Amino acid sequence: MSKADQILQEKNVIMKKAVGIDYDIFEQDGIAFDYERMMRESGYTIEELQEIQSHFFVGNTPIIELYNLTKLARQYAKPGYGARIMIKDEACNPSGSFKARRASISVYEAKRLGYKGILTATSGNYGAAVASLAAKEGLKCIVVQETYDSRHVGQPEIVEKARACEAYGAEVFQLSVGPELFSTFLQLLKDTEYFNASLYTPFGIAGVETLGYEIAIDMREKYGKDPEAVVITNAGGGNLTGTARGLIKAGALNSRIVAASVDLSGLHMASDNAFNRKSFTTGHTGFGMPFCTNPDRSDVPRSAARPMRYIDEYYTITQGEVFFMTEALANLEGLERGPAGNTSLAVAFSLAQQMKEDEIILVQETEYTGAGKHLNPQLSFARDNGIEIKFGDPKDQVPGQNIILPSDPAMITAVPVDMDRLRRSYLKNLQPQMEGRELSELERTYLKDELKLNDEQLEQLLNGDD
Amino acid sequence: MIKKDTWVRIHGIVLEPSERSANVPEDTSKVPLEFWTKGWLTEDADIGQKVTVRTACGRTQAGTLIEAEPMYELNYGKLVPELIEIGPKLRQLLEEDHE
Repeated sequence: MSKADQILQEKNVIMKKAVGIDYDIFEQDGIAFDYERMMRESGYTIEELQEIQSHFFVGNTPIIELYNLTKLARQYAKPGYGARIMIKDEACNPSGSFKARRASISVYEAKRLGYKGILTATSGNYGAAVASLAAKEGLKCIVVQETYDSRHVGQPEIVEKARACEAYGAEVFQLSVGPELFSTFLQLLKDTEYFNASLYTPFGIAGVETLGYEIAIDMREKYGKDPEAVVITNAGGGNLTGTARGLIKAGALNSRIVAASVDLSGLHMASDNAFNRKSFTTGHTGFGMPFCTNPDRSDVPRSAARPMRYIDEYYTITQGEVFFMTEALANLEGLERGPAGNTSLAVAFSLAQQMKEDEIILVQETEYTGAGKHLNPQLSFARDNGIEIKFGDPKDQVPGQNIILPSDPAMITAVPVDMDRLRRSYLKNLQPQMEGRELSELERTYLKDELKLNDEQLEQLLNGDD
Repeated sequence: MIKKDTWVRIHGIVLEPSERSANVPEDTSKVPLEFWTKGWLTEDADIGQKVTVRTACGRTQAGTLIEAEPMYELNYGKLVPELIEIGPKLRQLLEEDHE
């Protein structure tokens, strides 16, 4: 066994100690576990979440109607079409992103349980969110991040995130590329006995429920209805799961849940060579797809982020289209925001054109921007790393080789993902545990919930019929 | 000589190539897993020496001293001429629609 794998043997023991949850009690039968019970017993009610978040001054961010982007989208839509595009300005949270919502519950829980410090493994906004709120609660904080390739070159976005975490007084433990980040993280958890602010515990997800809940309440108050579609950038699945659950808790059952990821197909996420050939460090298919088809690949025994339960439609968009929309948001709406948060905006711009004029499509996040975490340094960095940047048709993009800015906004096109292909892949991942036996009734019910299917659809999928 | 209690950056190897996990891609398996962190130097030392630091959260970490008073070298990058074309183009598209 490799040195990196040795500590993995202790994973469940370390995690139980580091998140304060006994996951075994939620296991049911074979592949099944009681997801709703886990969320109920380890999570919080909406009222409790709101109380915790108001203590941290997290949430209650404004929803901004993007008049000019709507007008632009209508130029490419048939008469009577072109939904109103709105965006929830999550950059207004402390530390500048919706991740403050997730961090608030973990930091609250760590403090309540008497931990001295809090640890998190992330290269993104979540680290800054945990560090910021840990500072407010007087907790020590370590952020473990994958930062550099073997040439010691770091993505501007990740380097900026390290700076932000340090600004909040955290230690940033930086690593070169590789999945053994997880074993390093486990070792640090064992050594420090800090709380694991995992993105995948019920706390990490429940914190986002208020986002979905606020959308429904605010939209009803101002527009008298729920939005017809809510577009959510999808990576690890927590943003989508939490937002969808919040909408459901508010009774917004008819809002379509639309997932959006940047298309980075063909780039291996654990590859040293590919590391600096991608211009998005999150919100991309390299996380979005595997976390859909195998949610329990996360750092806890059972992930609370289960996006396939909620997704109605899933689209990909290219890096160039997202950068273009980021520039459009600044120039037409006066909102300078970070590019990663605009993945769902680019998808919404395309989908709005197929929706009626009186309908509303809501983009549920923005993120802060600054040196490093801005489209100009990211594109400048890409060009320095040999990536070709040009105007053209985004359809011609090859991730890792070029970034194509659309020559015309008409070219911005969200590409649908085949959900049944994702479902088949999900089942394939569970195959070793289902091989050569009949599934119990409980397991079938579990699979129907997991994959958002009825009896007949599940049967078809299990039998391999299309 | 870097004085004790100076804020420094250290570097070290977590795993040698031979110790890496079996499931890493080939290019990654050929290089070590490295780490970097920052802290206050616990003894006077020179760049390149093995040292220990007290990190921001109070941990003691050993490694090789690589930088004293490390600076952030972040910036907004070189001009990307394509980007500055987008704004005027979009404004023009909207204006045309008004006519």
